[in-house]
Amino acid sequence: MSAVIRFFEALGEISILAWRTLREIFRPPFEWRLTVAQLEQGGVDSWSITLLTAVFTGMVMATQFAVGLKPFGATMYTGKLVGIGIVRELGPVLTSLLVGGRVGAGFTAEIGSMAVTEQIDAIRALGADPVRKLVVPRVVAMTIAIPLLTVMADVVGCAGGVLITVAQVGMTLKFSVQTMLEAMLVSDVVHGLIKSLFFGSIIALVSCWNGMRTHGGTEGVGRATTASVVFISVTILVADFILTQVLTAVYA
Amino acid sequence: MSSGARTDLPRDAAGSFRDPGRVRPHERPGAEPIITFRGVHKAFGPLRIYEGLALDVYPGETLTIIGGSGVGKSVMLKLLIGLLPYDDGEIRVFGEEVSQMDGDALLRLRSRVAMLFQGAALFDSMTVAENIKYPLREHRWGTEAEMDRRVAEVLEMVDMPGIQEKKPAQLSGGMRKRVGLARAIAMKPEVILYDEPTTGLDPINVRRINGLILSLQQQLGVTSIVVTHDMDTVFTITDRLAMVHDRRIAFQGTPAEAKANAFTYLREFVQGGFGVLTEDL
Repeated sequence: MSAVIRFFEALGEISILAWRTLREIFRPPFEWRLTVAQLEQGGVDSWSITLLTAVFTGMVMATQFAVGLKPFGATMYTGKLVGIGIVRELGPVLTSLLVGGRVGAGFTAEIGSMAVTEQIDAIRALGADPVRKLVVPRVVAMTIAIPLLTVMADVVGCAGGVLITVAQVGMTLKFSVQTMLEAMLVSDVVHGLIKSLFFGSIIALVSCWNGMRTHGGTEGVGRATTASVVFISVTILVADFILTQVLTAVYA
Repeated sequence: MSSGARTDLPRDAAGSFRDPGRVRPHERPGAEPIITFRGVHKAFGPLRIYEGLALDVYPGETLTIIGGSGVGKSVMLKLLIGLLPYDDGEIRVFGEEVSQMDGDALLRLRSRVAMLFQGAALFDSMTVAENIKYPLREHRWGTEAEMDRRVAEVLEMVDMPGIQEKKPAQLSGGMRKRVGLARAIAMKPEVILYDEPTTGLDPINVRRINGLILSLQQQLGVTSIVVTHDMDTVFTITDRLAMVHDRRIAFQGTPAEAKANAFTYLREFVQGGFGVLTEDL
């Protein structure tokens, strides 16, 4: 029971942080320099892990569907299923889980170290706002980076699927691409991108919140970092369910 | 400014380096405190830190706060500039109640009251120059060239010229403290709060920091509140000392008054500083 209460307490605190962040985003001057630095650290530096994950996921999905559909003589639907599965679900979710683990751990460790060495107190004592200096640039950067990485994951994942349908199922390249594109609607892509916008904000908010409340020296930083990765993963999965329900209802 | 400025003076009867003829700020006719704590209560969950804490700080004085580990000496400094909220009572700085201050008022307060943190709290990702410019940028000090000049000036004041481009990781503990002090004085504050300024430093750096605290008070008239365990630091720099004990200020007075005081816990602190154990021990 206490775990449930702690979860909702955390959710409340993160919501307050989200509100303060939103308020600070629109209060000039905007911290462009810090945001670009975070965009590079959180987004640009994550392209390789995103690319690898997406291409192998696309290939594995295509292989599994091809094997599963073969008894029904429906292997021609492999590309369609892979395409929809990736752009609606796996592209945004896998990208967010992987980048969230990598970047979220980094954010929490960095901010947590600042907290235990009184650097966050120092920011306030020197007349600045830690939310403005630390949280806003990270939230904005991740809200931009995750959708962009998701687009890349969608393209590369689908390419992986096409590769398998051509190499193993025996379709022509043109037919494979055509069936995949025919099956996908713009709304499918938008569906995935809307999710990724939320996931980007969640990654940054949860990791910053965990970092700022870190205490107990270096041991505390380690604890906060681990907790952050777990919390980010769980929150993304729960948010994915809720967003899927909402978006499906909207598009229906 | 020389960091060894006053430590060549003979100690007075209480062991202080202070000029014996000097009138302490709180003894000046008509002296009014600029900082007052009245009936302050503070707790962290079930852990009660203060229950009715009261203290005055006068302009231009150096007040040291002593007390055992974990009694909440540093908490007092953080309450003073609104880094932590207090549960009850009143803290007034320059006549304004800290708990009633909005964001702009706190910003003004923090430009007048600077703090040197225990570990210096320099921003690791920034150079020394960027660290010192941080408060200058936040408070819109001036042009980039003016800020560069101010950085050079304060580094000169702490005897560390020409290290603008170094990162904090390249500095020793003593150097980090001095850069932290340079950052704290960059905005020309009227009050400086020092949280354990000499902890973990070698004797040479301890003397340097003590000399800097004295020099800032002598040359700029800065009011200083120093939290420390180091009794040699206390008797080198202090006008008055206050002891936190049993969730309140158990004693406040001059070093001479502290030495003459019969309160056993205080005597242990004071005499322990000179390497003399009391009979009570």
